[in-house]
Amino acid sequence: MLFMVTYMPTLCCRLWGDHGQDTLENAHVCLINATATGTEILKNLVLPGNLNVFTAVPYVCIVSYSFFLTYNSIGKNRAQAATELLQELNSHVSGNFVEESPEKLLDNNPDFFHRFTIVIAVQLPESTSLRLGSVLWSASIPFLVCKTYGLIGYMRLVVQEHTVIESHPDSALEDLRLDKPFAEFKNHLQSFDLESMNKKDHSHTPWIIIIAKYLEKWLSEHNYKPPQNYKEKEAFRQLIRDGIRKNENGVPEDEENFEEAIKNVNTALNQTKIPSAVEELFNSEQCNNINSESSSFWVMLRAVKDFVHSEGNRDLPVRGTIPDMIADSQKFINLQNVYRTKAMQDAAAVSTHVQRLLQSLGKVCKNASFLRVVRCRSLAEEYGVDSVNKDEITSCMDNPDSEMVFYLILRGVERFYQQHSRYPGVYNYQVEDDISKLKLCVNSVMQEYNLNVNIKDDYVHEFCRFGASEPHTVAAFIGGSAAQEAIKIISHQFVPFNNTFIYNAMLQTSATLQL
Amino acid sequence: MAVDGGYDWDGRWNHVRKFLERPGPFAHPDFEPCTESLQFLLEMCKILVIGAGGLGCELLKNLALSGFRLIHVVDMDTIDISNLNRQFLFRPKDVGRPKAEVAADFINNRIPGCKVVPHYKKIQDFDESFYRQFHIIVCGLDSIIARRWMNGMLISLLSYEDGVLDPSSIIPLIDGGTEGFKGNSRVILPGMTACIDCTLELYPPQINFPMCTIASMPRLPEHCIEYARILLWPKEKPFGETSLDGDNPEHIQWVFKKSIERAAEFHITGVTYRLTQGVVKRIIPAVASTNAVIAAACSLEVFKIASSAYIPLNNYLVFNDVDGLYTYTFEAERKENCSACSQVPQNLQFPPSAKLQEVLEYLMENASLQMKSPAITTTLEGKNKTLYLQVFNFTEHTHFFYLGLSDGQELAVADVTTPQTVLFKLNFTT
Repeated sequence: MLFMVTYMPTLCCRLWGDHGQDTLENAHVCLINATATGTEILKNLVLPGNLNVFTAVPYVCIVSYSFFLTYNSIGKNRAQAATELLQELNSHVSGNFVEESPEKLLDNNPDFFHRFTIVIAVQLPESTSLRLGSVLWSASIPFLVCKTYGLIGYMRLVVQEHTVIESHPDSALEDLRLDKPFAEFKNHLQSFDLESMNKKDHSHTPWIIIIAKYLEKWLSEHNYKPPQNYKEKEAFRQLIRDGIRKNENGVPEDEENFEEAIKNVNTALNQTKIPSAVEELFNSEQCNNINSESSSFWVMLRAVKDFVHSEGNRDLPVRGTIPDMIADSQKFINLQNVYRTKAMQDAAAVSTHVQRLLQSLGKVCKNASFLRVVRCRSLAEEYGVDSVNKDEITSCMDNPDSEMVFYLILRGVERFYQQHSRYPGVYNYQVEDDISKLKLCVNSVMQEYNLNVNIKDDYVHEFCRFGASEPHTVAAFIGGSAAQEAIKIISHQFVPFNNTFIYNAMLQTSATLQL
Repeated sequence: MAVDGGYDWDGRWNHVRKFLERPGPFAHPDFEPCTESLQFLLEMCKILVIGAGGLGCELLKNLALSGFRLIHVVDMDTIDISNLNRQFLFRPKDVGRPKAEVAADFINNRIPGCKVVPHYKKIQDFDESFYRQFHIIVCGLDSIIARRWMNGMLISLLSYEDGVLDPSSIIPLIDGGTEGFKGNSRVILPGMTACIDCTLELYPPQINFPMCTIASMPRLPEHCIEYARILLWPKEKPFGETSLDGDNPEHIQWVFKKSIERAAEFHITGVTYRLTQGVVKRIIPAVASTNAVIAAACSLEVFKIASSAYIPLNNYLVFNDVDGLYTYTFEAERKENCSACSQVPQNLQFPPSAKLQEVLEYLMENASLQMKSPAITTTLEGKNKTLYLQVFNFTEHTHFFYLGLSDGQELAVADVTTPQTVLFKLNFTT
């Protein structure tokens, strides 16, 4: 009796691979403000990997919504207390703390920040964020600004140019080249003769071969034009279906590999082409002007581009992987090797275009279509009267309940802080009166940017109700999100957000805005 | 101002108070700001956390820091060294101890006043009287079967008067799940909103490898590892009668070696120690931050429901941070004929010439039922008769006729996926 074995594929460490783990281990992270949000971010960074973690904190700790500050921490320097408790989580991590406030450091020693791989700041007042943002932008150090304000979470990523070598897209199309079979594949194809095969071989031939064979037949009968529309693809599928062996009574046999072929016709007939994101990279300034200052990413990219224009015949290097499919072991392995060998040949060709031999070259080829560059606007651009992204703001606010409204009110809250040296609604008796004051602040920010948007009173009221609180659950949500984005930045794997993330915990919705 | 026996220092719960003592435009219609709400949270509200692993640790921390003190936690596992990289309540010295107990100790020590009660047990070890005592139950499980069981238990607690659901018998269930960089969080009001079984098709399909691939036609490194695990281990018994333990490095090493040999035979590359361990333990690797995010969302929903400070999530949140951060929130709908919560009798349509085997296959393979090892009983001539139990697997090839089943026959089906039997009605098709 046939029994089914349940199996869940593991991505164990294939999620990160060894490569990502190396960069994590050498990273040096700066966290500013060990509040609930700050310590949550650190916890999520410290737990999994070896990191050098550094904290800088201004003031003494009062109330703790942080898991890493206890009753006994009260009165102590928050950074010190948090560092001690966090260090407990992972004995390999070295945590350090600094007693000066970020403002002092910016005044006296802004170079202090140059040693870090990434700087994460939590609950910073606007003026400090902008100052620090400018220092880090000049030094090309990624900056992640986070805020938990009542039931609203906020993250802003500021990075000039971030390269992603392995973006691991979820639904990657296979790279089978069935529309442009390379010579070695055509040779391999010739070794199959479907008509004369015995029953066992016939039902264990990989679907890629089946489709390729029937495509050859189709092309010869249709003026070398592949199936173009739904009708033709249906006819093509029927052609394959007719190829299923029949038993002595004329009943089609159970040939699962043929069923797989039929199911995969649509995607198999996809045109092989270079993704537009990669084309853009090929056309960019950095790719075309390679010089001694160019980073290895751009050198490799240029090598790939040169390959495309010569050996590659206008196509990227072959990826070299095929999906699993019904087949006997030998046929599958042989087919897999055809693709793998071709991929290795292409990789070797790319390497001859490279000026320096880089170890990660193989990785780049396998992921050539997954190269991405993320560029975020600076804080100065976001805040500048002439450079503010008015279009993004007004189009989002066509829907007055869009998450954009929370961003705008947060800006108003910072204006309030500048004017009144406190945040709105911190004490019960302030809530009612602060609503109109906050509204004025929000409106003044809108006026400054010449923005004509409708901000509902209910939201302004709610922000006063928040009273600048940092509820732990929202801090934990942002803590998890921010830590993950920081890991993406450090490891250059997976694509980070660009550039503002707003979390509305009231409705459990979120949005990513480009400001 | 001290509250509750001096655990609280001045301003300790300021953040929480703002939501309990101030009115706001987005609060639940039933919400009344008052100082007693905090008392309720601190002294009376009883929460049950199921699971003390990646999600569970985060849930306990979040709830404790939100003011909940009467928390029970159930987990049947002990701590393994591989848990330490994300289950942050555990330290190397705790390896081998029950998760629930260590988690409770840590929280109770770190957060004064919190009284977490651990239960080193399976959820099935408890009955209605245990579950009935809680105001809200929140799950951080890694098994669909366990979720469905919990779902079924809460549905069985519902009471109806004249066909109308008594709202006081509803215990909200908040369910969180994560898988790598993806996760979801949902709010279930049993009897009122979509339950776990209503949306069974949303769960990702598990990939099944037929035995013949493993036995004679391997193609992937995973096939080779399964070969060693399923076929070689029971045959060669390398460590005597002990069953394969995914947490024992010696066991994994053995499987790894055998997998390499198997792979070499078929020229398959890619077998590594790490992959071997992953396949044997069936893990989709956990990412600490996804657990943090999902547990945060779940805990907030617990708070919203307990306090009415906001309208709770309605009712399903999906999260994915592979590419940027993406969330999708929607209202999952109840299934009219859900086998768990609809109270509608389930129909089985089969020709009278069918065999019991076909019923079994249907129960297991149907996407809305997905039973694991159903046991079937029925009433014949006034007596309760067992038709099928996996242990005595001989009746499945028998035709209905020989079993005495007639059109309209009621079959009672029991399975690990539900604490109650499900009633089916057998309808003969022509």
